[in-house]
Amino acid sequence: MSAVVGTHAAHQVNLGSLDRIPVGEGRTFAIDDLEIAVFRPRSGEVFATQASCPHANGPLADGFVGNGKVVCPFHAYRFDLATGCPEGNSCAPLTTYPAGVTSAGDVVVTLGGR
Amino acid sequence: MTSPHRLVVIGNGMAGARLVEDVLARANGDRFQVTMFGDEPYGNYNRILLSGVLAGTQQPDDIFINPLDWYTDNNVTLHAGIGAARIDREAKVVYGSDGRAEPYDTLVIATGSVPFVPPFENLAPTEPAHGPGPYKDGVYVFRTLEDCERMLARAADVKSAAVIGGGLLGLEAARGLSGRGLEVNVVHLMEHLMEMQLDRDAGLMLQKSMESLGVKVHLGKATTGLLGNGSVTGLQFKDGSTLDCDLLVVAAGIRPNVALARSAGLEIKRGIVVSDGMATSDPSICAVGECAEHRGLVYGLVAPLWEQTAVLADRISGRVEDKVYEGSRTSTKLKVMGVDLAVMGEKQSRDADDEVVTYAEPGRGVYHKLIVRDGKLVGAILLGDTSAAPALQQLFDRSTSLPESRASLLFPMGDAPAQLSAADMPDDAQICNCNGVSKGAIVGALRNGCKTFKAVCDATRAGTGCGSCKVQVKAIVEAVAGDNLQDDPAAHYYVPGVAMAKRELIGAIKDMNLRSVSQVFDVLAAGREDPGSKAGLASLLKTMWGNDVVEERDARFINDRVHANIQKDRTYSVVPRIFGGVTSAADLRKIADVADKYNVRMVKITGGQRIDLLGLTREQLPEVWKDLGMPSGHAYTKAFRTCKTCVGTEFCRFGVGDSTALGIAIEKRFQGLESPAKMKLATAGCPRNCSEATVKDIGAVAIEGGRWEIYIGGAAGAHVRKGDLLTTVDSQDEVITLTGRFMQWYREEAKYLERTYDFVPRMGLERVRAVIVDDAEGIAARLDADMQTTVDSFVDPWLEAHAPVHPSQFSQVLEPAAVPVAVEVRASRAEALAFRGAEAGR
Ligand code: SRM
Ligand SMILES: Cc1cc2nc3c(=O)[nH]c(=O)nc-3n(C[C@H](O)[C@H](O)[C@H](O)COP(=O)(O)OP(=O)(O)OC[C@H]3O[C@@H](n4cnc5c(N)ncnc54)[C@H](O)[C@@H]3O)c2cc1C
Ligand code: SF4
Ligand code: FES
Repeated sequence: MSAVVGTHAAHQVNLGSLDRIPVGEGRTFAIDDLEIAVFRPRSGEVFATQASCPHANGPLADGFVGNGKVVCPFHAYRFDLATGCPEGNSCAPLTTYPAGVTSAGDVVVTLGGR
Repeated sequence: MTSPHRLVVIGNGMAGARLVEDVLARANGDRFQVTMFGDEPYGNYNRILLSGVLAGTQQPDDIFINPLDWYTDNNVTLHAGIGAARIDREAKVVYGSDGRAEPYDTLVIATGSVPFVPPFENLAPTEPAHGPGPYKDGVYVFRTLEDCERMLARAADVKSAAVIGGGLLGLEAARGLSGRGLEVNVVHLMEHLMEMQLDRDAGLMLQKSMESLGVKVHLGKATTGLLGNGSVTGLQFKDGSTLDCDLLVVAAGIRPNVALARSAGLEIKRGIVVSDGMATSDPSICAVGECAEHRGLVYGLVAPLWEQTAVLADRISGRVEDKVYEGSRTSTKLKVMGVDLAVMGEKQSRDADDEVVTYAEPGRGVYHKLIVRDGKLVGAILLGDTSAAPALQQLFDRSTSLPESRASLLFPMGDAPAQLSAADMPDDAQICNCNGVSKGAIVGALRNGCKTFKAVCDATRAGTGCGSCKVQVKAIVEAVAGDNLQDDPAAHYYVPGVAMAKRELIGAIKDMNLRSVSQVFDVLAAGREDPGSKAGLASLLKTMWGNDVVEERDARFINDRVHANIQKDRTYSVVPRIFGGVTSAADLRKIADVADKYNVRMVKITGGQRIDLLGLTREQLPEVWKDLGMPSGHAYTKAFRTCKTCVGTEFCRFGVGDSTALGIAIEKRFQGLESPAKMKLATAGCPRNCSEATVKDIGAVAIEGGRWEIYIGGAAGAHVRKGDLLTTVDSQDEVITLTGRFMQWYREEAKYLERTYDFVPRMGLERVRAVIVDDAEGIAARLDADMQTTVDSFVDPWLEAHAPVHPSQFSQVLEPAAVPVAVEVRASRAEALAFRGAEAGR
């Protein structure tokens, strides 16, 4: 059972402690049927995007992260973490999800409702 | 102030976007209000480089010309992804497919062409299961980036392809697909390939060249229909025969895309008819590019459209209001790796007064033909060797009178230099055909402050297409800039994100005692963390500091985070170390047990003389390593990989050196040693060289008298290069010492990802020998000591099975937490959610 709060279209999901994601890396989370990639760049922000690269399903969470971008580990396509926009490739933009960290140190993403 | 002139352009392809650039370059920005409709949802790209994308020599990223930012920066409104649906000439308004209206003062139509697909039987999509597109699954045209990407996606899963059409486009598609491992058949209606540009002799010789590249050619074949119910499975020909294929590319010609212009009532013949001023039958509407017909001709190449857009931009901007376009002389190159072909102008003599110069050397696939009329070059075919093409191109473009000796045109020798030197070339000589860059533009860039070759290329785009003009660009840059030319510093950066060459970077890192990648970014790159530079820096720091480095796993490629090779389905492969390729029954039994226990999908003998267990999940990795109890083979990282051996003196009747023992010793000593790129070694027991030691990064070959030859810089992967003989030594110990010394020097001096096959030629064999063998720089002892330290500090990364660096190191997917969001403070969620930094998706 996943920890889903709220009955409206948009709902927040608690992904647990930020420490589950090593600094500077990302991890793939499965929330029911949905897979998302959550990133913890060294800059201190938290971002969430769709898990699979639109190019050929590379696992974005395993890519290099820096300067607000993620570089897919499969063929090095680049995407902006905040907007999901492709950079220098013609892929569709990534779906992004609002993400943040609670005062208790938990990562929370908001799904749906847009 | 008058209101700006509204210029609306339909089509964001090669001609449309170029016209806008040309207008902006000629006119003060705020005089025009420019609006473009483009069918593609992104900025424009260089269509001719799609052949490179298909062949894999270019990434889609590399072929974009203007990103979306360019349009905003230049105040151009681009309706990306919105086609123009209707033109109302009375009201002077263009309507977009979404209904939006754009009024114009001048309208330019640059809608290009559409591929022509003959009405084959069974062409339409059939149930069940068909993807996007008007054709059956597996059937493609070759025109857009999307076509290319869809074709590539299918090519990855199928075995054979057919290409209908043996023209330029068809052959480039065929070569691209064959290079990706497909069996490719070209089906051509005519009696020889590229009949539009080549005479019969050249066509037949080209066919031989294509066939030697593995592309089969069928001439005089009329396709009548497609076979297959769901996807295409083959072709049916008029003569009753059939051909199997899993993928079909139709490259049977193009037709000007005139639908919109026709429904607007403009005069259309083959294309949209335009005057010498590029105006259509409506003076407010112009047309350029492949959709336009000028003096009865429709052009299907980029060079003519560069001329057309320049003329039209002169007129629109008012720079030369009465400028006229008088037609173009065409020339082209076939962009097929492994076949050199350039053609210009006419392919056949017109009458007996024409002088025809031919030279053929069928053995090498060389065929040259020149057609000379009134002492001027009107046509040329250069097949198999195009070295004379740039010079001939100049003579052709400018209709220059030719030198007496025609042979000197093809074989420039001492007496009559046919080649115009860079300095003598006229300013309007076109240098880069892919991007339409003239010598004048290159000179202009230099005058405007470009100081390096790269800066010139970036500013003008010269040389950024197929690359074949780079030599000429360089020559011009050198001739014009002379001593003012600066070497491009960025070309020497070790990684793009830190502005320092390798030596300088090493110095700075040492001086400031930087131990981690994030420290390097903080101190040397103003805190800007470039994701593309992380792995290179991590590798360098590891080389410099050994175990005293502060490891940051996020700076490592995924393979190095989990010490296994990631595969296309996100599973991993495990290659345990088998020293020198020599194993034992006990080890094989362990491997077999692991294969059984974990249901390994494939157990494979690799090309590196060891065993690969493929298809494991990330969670399984630590367990597999524990059960194997063998060290990592490092088959996933930039490091020393393997040392292949042969059976040598122990068993082989020809063996003169114990290659097996030497290989095992080398592998034991250097296992896991990180380096700028992979290092693969081999030892052979005699010059029969069964372990292929002469094509390895370092190879040792035993010769009579107990001696060993050491080869360096060999390769037999993406590049094939015979190794250079570094030296010959008397003992295995010396092989090991020199191997270590060379490796250490290579680790210090090579650029990131530079294999030894590039490094050795760059340094020069003489220099390498001086440093490594003769110790001319007096650093041998230091190199040996540093290597020893590195060897001593080796730790098997698979030990992380027992002590992961992070609890989720080997987690493929995490589940959400069991507790809902901040339950205890739900009343005031706003406070509970102290968002740290940017919200994604804003
Ligand atoms: C497993 C193996 C093929 C096999 O089944 O035999 C293999 C598999 C891969 N090779 Fe290889 N190469 C393998 C032997 C070779 C050899 C032959 C050899 O080692 O003697 C070569 C030619 C020698 C050479 O390296 O020059 C070779 C030349 C390459 C290249 C081209 C390198 C080059 O610059 O020329 C690449 C691509 C690259 O490095 O960028 C590559 C890359 C790869 C990668 C790592 C591609 C990747 O990044 O995913 C493949 C991983 C497959 C996987 O999913 O695990 N592989 N590859 C071989 C492992 C050898 C081993 O035991 O370590
Ligand atoms: C694979 C390939 C390789 C090639 N190689 C070479 C080569 O080596 N050398 C060479 O000289 N030429 C080559 N060509 C030909 C060259 O690409 C064309 O001559 C050139 O692209 C023509 O430019 P254009 O602007 O007229 O048409 P295009 O580049 O096709 O541009 C037309 C644009 O208009 C858009 N459009 C059409 N209708 C509408 C509408 N209603 N609303 C909005 N937008 C619309 C299209 O989407 C497209 O972007 C090659 C072509 C291909 C496909
Ligand atoms: S190189 Fe060939 S012939 Fe020589 S020892 Fe090895 S296996 Fe025997
Ligand atoms: S799958 Fe992401 S770049 Fe190819």
